[in-house]
Parts: sequence; C-alpha cells; structure tokens
Amino acid sequence: MTHAVQFTHVSRLFGEVKAVDRVSIDIEDGEFFSMLGPSGSGKTTCLRLIAGFEQPSAGSIRIHGQEAAGLPPYQRDVNTVFQDYALFPHMNVRDNVAYGLKVKGVGKAERIKRADEALSMVALEGYGARKPVQLSGGQRQRVALARALVNRPRVLLLDEPLGALDLKLREQMQSELKKLQRQLGITFIFVTHDQTEALSMSDRVAVFNKGRIEQVDTPRNLYMKPATTFVAEFVGTSNVVRGELAQALSGNPDAFSIRPEHIRFAEGVAASRDVEVSGVLHDIQYQGSATRYEVKLDSGQTLTVSQANSQWLDTGAHHQAGQRVTVRWAREAMIALHDAPRESPEIAPCEAH
Amino acid sequence: MHSEKASWGLKIAAWGGLVFLHFPILIIFVYAFNTEDAAFSFPPKGFTLKWISVAFARPDVLESIKLSLQIACVATLIALVLGTLASAALYRRDFFGKDGISLMLILPIALPGIITGLALLSAFKALGIEPGMFTIIVGHATFCVVIVYNNVIARLRRTSHSLIEASMDLGADGWQTFRYIIMPNLGSALLAGGMLAFALSFDEIIVTTFTAGHERTLPIWLLNQLSRPRDVPVTNVVAMLVMMVTMLPILGAYYLTRGGESVAGSGGK
Amino acid sequence: MGQTFTGSAPMQRQSPLRHFSNLLYRRPNLYLSLLLIPPLLWFGAIYLGSLLGLLWQGFYTFDDFSMTVTPDLTLANFGALFNPANFDVIRRTLTMAVAVSIASAIVAFPIAYYMARYTTGKTKAFFYIAVMMPMWASYIVKAYAWTLLLAKGGVAQWFVQHLGLAPVLQWLLSAPGIGGSTLSTSHLGRFMVFVYIWLPFMILPIQASLERLPPSLLHASADLGATPRQTFMQVILPLSVPGIAAGSIFTFSLTLGDFIVPQLVGPPGYFIGSMVYAQQGAIGNMPMAAAFTLVPIVLIAIYLAIVKRLGAFDAL
Repeated sequence: MTHAVQFTHVSRLFGEVKAVDRVSIDIEDGEFFSMLGPSGSGKTTCLRLIAGFEQPSAGSIRIHGQEAAGLPPYQRDVNTVFQDYALFPHMNVRDNVAYGLKVKGVGKAERIKRADEALSMVALEGYGARKPVQLSGGQRQRVALARALVNRPRVLLLDEPLGALDLKLREQMQSELKKLQRQLGITFIFVTHDQTEALSMSDRVAVFNKGRIEQVDTPRNLYMKPATTFVAEFVGTSNVVRGELAQALSGNPDAFSIRPEHIRFAEGVAASRDVEVSGVLHDIQYQGSATRYEVKLDSGQTLTVSQANSQWLDTGAHHQAGQRVTVRWAREAMIALHDAPRESPEIAPCEAH
Repeated sequence: MHSEKASWGLKIAAWGGLVFLHFPILIIFVYAFNTEDAAFSFPPKGFTLKWISVAFARPDVLESIKLSLQIACVATLIALVLGTLASAALYRRDFFGKDGISLMLILPIALPGIITGLALLSAFKALGIEPGMFTIIVGHATFCVVIVYNNVIARLRRTSHSLIEASMDLGADGWQTFRYIIMPNLGSALLAGGMLAFALSFDEIIVTTFTAGHERTLPIWLLNQLSRPRDVPVTNVVAMLVMMVTMLPILGAYYLTRGGESVAGSGGK
Repeated sequence: MGQTFTGSAPMQRQSPLRHFSNLLYRRPNLYLSLLLIPPLLWFGAIYLGSLLGLLWQGFYTFDDFSMTVTPDLTLANFGALFNPANFDVIRRTLTMAVAVSIASAIVAFPIAYYMARYTTGKTKAFFYIAVMMPMWASYIVKAYAWTLLLAKGGVAQWFVQHLGLAPVLQWLLSAPGIGGSTLSTSHLGRFMVFVYIWLPFMILPIQASLERLPPSLLHASADLGATPRQTFMQVILPLSVPGIAAGSIFTFSLTLGDFIVPQLVGPPGYFIGSMVYAQQGAIGNMPMAAAFTLVPIVLIAIYLAIVKRLGAFDAL
C-alpha cells in the first residue's frame, strides 16, 4: 500500500534559515494526522510543501506515490483549509464552494448541486447566496471546509483552522471534524500548536521543533512515552528530572520525566517499586477538577504534583503550604528522555509504481 | 490635553483654510457664466449660458479637447498596463534592486516637470523624432505609471495572499486565478488609478510644453489664451471644463477605494 | 455522505495557457522577469536614458556666434551657473521655495490639526475630499483663476476696497523685496499663488502624521500635569515634524521647478524653470538649459538629505 503522503529527508531553507530540516514522515491513507509544534517549528511549512505553495530545497515528497516536486498546487489532488479561511470576498458562499469545480470545467448545474451538497454536509444549507462578510467566524470556517471538500480530494490539509474560534465553538468543531473525517475516509493533515486539539482528534501526531520532528506517535504514546525532553514538556505538563537527582532516584544519570498526576502524596507503606522523595509544599493551586501542588525538594528542584479532585470531600484540604511532605510514584511511571531525536535511519526511496 | 471641542481660533483657521482652497475654483465657475465679455471685473454683471455655446462652436477649442482626450486615454492605458505589471512584480517578493525600481517609478513626478520635459525633448531630438501627439503620450504615460502603481500595490497589499494560494489550491492555474480572483479584486483600484492618471494627463502642462511641438493640448491652449484678453469669456468656459474633468475623478477614486487605503497618496502632480 | 472519493486525475487538459502557467510556476524568476521587463524597458530606455542624455548635453559647447551646439565637452556651462546673473536666478527661486514652504506649513497646520483631531466619520471624509479636490484640480486653471483674482479691478481689489484695506495693501506693495506696482506684478502676489497651489500637498502629510499620534500619548501628557499648551508644544508639535518635513518636500521642489506661475504673476526676472525654458527655446542653448536643470536636482537632493534627518521619509 502506498502512503497518502511521504516525506523523505525533506528540507526547506529560507536563506540561511532551515524552516524544515531533513524531515521524513509517512502518512497513511485515511489517517487523521496532526502536525504539532510551537510557531516557527516548521509544521506549517511542511503543510505548504504538501499543498505545493513551497518547493522543497532537498528531499522528495510523494503524494499517493506520485513525486510532487514541480507539480503546481492546481495539479495536486490535495485541498487546503486556510488559517484565515481565504474565502473569496467578491463571490457568494455558493460560488466560493463551487470555484474548484468551475475551474476544472464542471458544468453549471452539476456545480451547483455538488456545492449545495457540500454546504449541507457542513450544516450550512440555505447560506449559498450570502457573502462571506455576512457570516460569523464559525460559519466561514465551515464554508472553507466545504469549499475544500467539494473537490473530493484524497488528502485534506488544515492549517490551524480552529485558531480563530472561541473555546466552545472550537471544541464543537473538533468533534465535527473528526466525525467528518471518519465518514469520508480521506486523509486529514491537521496543523496546530494546541496539544489538546492534536491529542483529542488525531490517529497520530508528529511533534515539530526547530524544523525537525521530535517524535511521531499515537496521542497515547506521545503522552505516556515521550521520546525527548521537548516532547515531554510540550505535550502536557512534565517534571523533567536530570543530573544527580535523576541518578539518585532512578539509578541512572539520564534525564527522565514524570507526569504530575502520576505522583502521589505518601500515605501508608510504599510499594517495593515506588520511588519516594520529600520536600516542602510551597504552593497550592485549586483548579476545579484537580488541585496542583508545587513541592520544593531538598535538592532544590521543584516538582509539580496534580491530584484529581475525584472525591466529593476535598482530600487536598488537609495539605497546607509550608508543610513538609513526602511524595512517591511507581518506578514504571518514569520515562527516560533523550535531548534530541534519534537520527532517523536512511530510508531507501520507495518505489511505488 | 485639548478637550473634545476645538477652540474657536482653530475652527476658524481650519474652515477658513478650506474656503481659501475653494474660493479661486468658485471664481472660475462664477466667471464662466458672467455676461460681461471683456474684463475681469468683480462682482459679475449678470448670468448667461451664452459663452458655453460660443466656446463649443470654436474649432480650436474642439480640436484641443479632442487632442487632450486622445492623449489622456492612450497615456492612461499604457500607465494601467505598466503600473499593474510593476506592482504585481514588486508587491511581495524581495529581490535585488527592488527599491531602485520603485524609486525610478516615482522619479518622474518627484523631479520637477521641466527636467522630465527637457530630458524627453532632447532625447526625441537626438533620435530625430518630431514632437507631436506621440511624444506627448510618451511623456504623460511616464509620469502616470506611478499613480496606477500606487493604487494597485495598495490593493494588492490589502488583499490576502492566501486568496491566490486558495485559488491555485482549488485547481485554478495562474491564468484562471488572474481572471477569477485577482482581476475582480483589483478592478476598482485599477479604475481609480486610471481615473486619476486620466485627470493628471488631461491637465499636465509643464512636461507637455516641451514635448508638444506644434500640437496644442487643452492646457497649452489655455496658457496661450492668457496673453489674449479679448477671448476671456471663452477661456473662462474652457477653464471650468478643465477644472471639472480634473476634479471629478478624485471623487470617483475616493468612492472606489474607500475603506482603509489612501486614495492616491500624496503623490499628486 | 457516503461519497466515494476517487480523486480527479491530476493531469487534465493541457492547454497552451496551462503549459505556460506551469512553466511560470516552476520558474518564479521567469515570471518575475516577464512582469518587470515592460516597465523596466519603458523607464530604463525612455526615462533614465533621456535623463542621462540630458546630463551629458550639459557638457556640450554652445557657440554664441553661430548659435549652434557642438559636441565638444566642456565644463563652461556648469561654471556659468555661478555668473552673478544666473546666481541671482537661483537665489530668487530658492528664496521663494523656502518662503512658500514655511508659509504653507503655517497655513496647513491648523487645517491638518483640526482634520486629524476634531473630525470623525463624515466630517473627516468631507475635509479629506475638500483638500484632495483642489489638489487635483487643474494646475493651469488654478493659476489662471489667480490671474483673474489679482487683476486690476478684479476680485482681490474689490475686497480690499470694500474692507477699507487699500492703505495696508499700498504699504505692503511698497515694501522692498516683496512689493511691486500691483498685486499681480508683485513678489507678494506670486508668493500667494504658489502657497495656494501647493497648500494641499502640505496639509495631507501633516494630517497623516497627526492621525498616527495615539490619543493615549496625549492623555499621558495631560496625566503627567502638562497644560494643553505644554502638551501641544512638547508632544504634538515635535511629533508632527516628520509630516511637515514630508509636506515641505513637495512645496519646495514643486516651487523650485515651476515656470508657469512666475510667467503669469509677479515682476519680471527669471526663475530656474523659466530660465531653462528660455535657454532651450528662445535662445536655443540646450547645453546651458541642461546644466541649469542640474540646479534643482542638486538643491532637492540637499533638501532631501536635510529632511530625511527630520524623519520625512517615514511620514510619506
């Protein structure tokens, strides 16, 4: 089976700046794939490379097995939902959606029928005659989606499409997008800097940092088994422990990470494989569903501990700032970290045909 | 700081300034309908429409109007093409010499008209080209380009580049994108730029004096009239006409480009 | 929806236009060159070529006896610029350009200030158009209107008489340096016409620079205890200097190169522009005319260097 999109040692340089640095990814057909990273990490450039707005400086990009180098955007079976939606202001909603069909020479009747179908798919029946300026942000976003989907692409690229929406709408759109992707069975490549968004929607996530990929994995593995310090700190909250303390706690000088919710306050007898450490509780933040504690260890490092407020009676109430506490966690919860991603092994160019 | 209300002194200075700007223009309109036929005397003696028909019966006036219109049309057309090409080339990509090119476009209106006029004249002479309508058009087109360029580049900068990418992404090639996306978004900016370029060309006199040879555009006709006091009423009517042809486009351009960008910038004449 | 997403074949009809499109996509530099070549050819060949040619002619020799130009290179024309007579022309023009710039700034400032700070919405649009229209209105007609205004028995005289200002005018006209026998043949008259014609070019840049002043700055000044007058002198005026400087580029260089207004209004005596016009026309001394065009270019270059320090280019 060929991959939907395959990057092989792709680099993109802007002058001296390596926006994308020797990236290799295989994105499966029908997968919901997210590219996650801070701004400037190269994720959007990767998306633009797939769409054809940028050309790789080195390496090869294959889309469904076909080499994409030199193919202009209009000859790629890929459509994009833009961050600013990029709706054509001089056209009404229906003409916007039908544009892709029009430039491909689809007849008018067919165009209108398919545009209206696409609009109903995003729950915007009856909005065809409106101009984009007459729509709310969420509605524009749906039009942008319909405009891309009406062309029946095999790969849909989404460039932070939810960034401009408010929280409630964003959460609603997240689940709708996910549902749509399952329904259509096409590949979604979703760029975001929001880790919650990436984790909740994706089949797999690539974490970008400084133009390189730190880790490609399922959301669960990203969280539970971050490969690098960067991933551990960018995805969720982590206590990264290194140096002498790491040696003392794990018996190994390599850095490790421990999630705040995997640390408990020591009560009763420790299990044999538990790690225990003590310090002073110096801050307590009540966050509703959980309470977060900052524990200053005797070695000087601060550990963040998170306890779910799952009991009706608030169990955290008897902890007070300034109190001396002992915390413990299961040895298995410690994840060894690497500072940089391991070099990906050379992949032989894939001969699809 | 100043309270929300302006002081009386400031109000008088501001509104008085506006009156100062418009009073001479008003005078032109008043005199065009003056019954008296010889002098500049004030106040006017009476109201008549007679001079308008007299002026439009004069072959030399009609001749000059026709010439000026022809020149303004062709010069505007050339300016539209060159100005649009230049703005499309300069608005986004950075390349070596970009600043030099934009400076070169502005130079013809930034340098005094006598320099442009004399330079063109001496070049035409050196090449053995007889001054006439063609040479006037070349001169006008040269300084009209920047007007179109300013309007179009402002619109291009205001238009999100992702519109062009979206169009290509949806399957439109460069030509289709130009036709369906760029042109409709540029249309009113082109019209505004074209109108201003037309007004500028229709009125230009300094460069034209050098490049006109024996041709008489309307402004040159007017200038020659000033040494002929007998003809004052006809001159007044033509002056009013020229005034309107040059003032109305600014209104049109204003309404076409309203919303964020400056109409023509201060790069006037 | 249950549609099957087959995906259209990426290669469709390959019209010549699409071939061309693809070519431009793959060769962005070719695309850029195609856009740039026509304007570059026009400006490079026609405009810059002419300018350099003109400069070159400044080195040619003009024979006073045969009234002909020979391509023998000489610096005599540029030297002749410093003749007392020619120097007079330059000084006269320069003085006028400076005076006009200063006066325009003084007249323009209240208009621009009122526009920027006390008008909103429709009134602002009205002011904007009311300044733009006279700016674009025909230059020659505006000059003509002033000959009507200033003529004997014309509007200006009528007003002067009816307001009882005749003695004041007489006194002004008898003043050395600015006077003349009548308004239309005096330096004062010429100066007024210049100020009128270039005034809008001064108003708009000042207005733009005042418009950019954040209101919070003025609040801050007031909050720190400044009186309105102090705020104006210490905050508003200094921050509008770039706008004034930008506007003065126009008033200065436009006055410097003009030769129509000096011909229509004011006392006899050449301006740089009329000198150039006369040299190439009536006298036929193209090399001297060419040398003379260098004067406004140099003066403007010097002026630009000065106002650049005042931040004029940021206000353009």
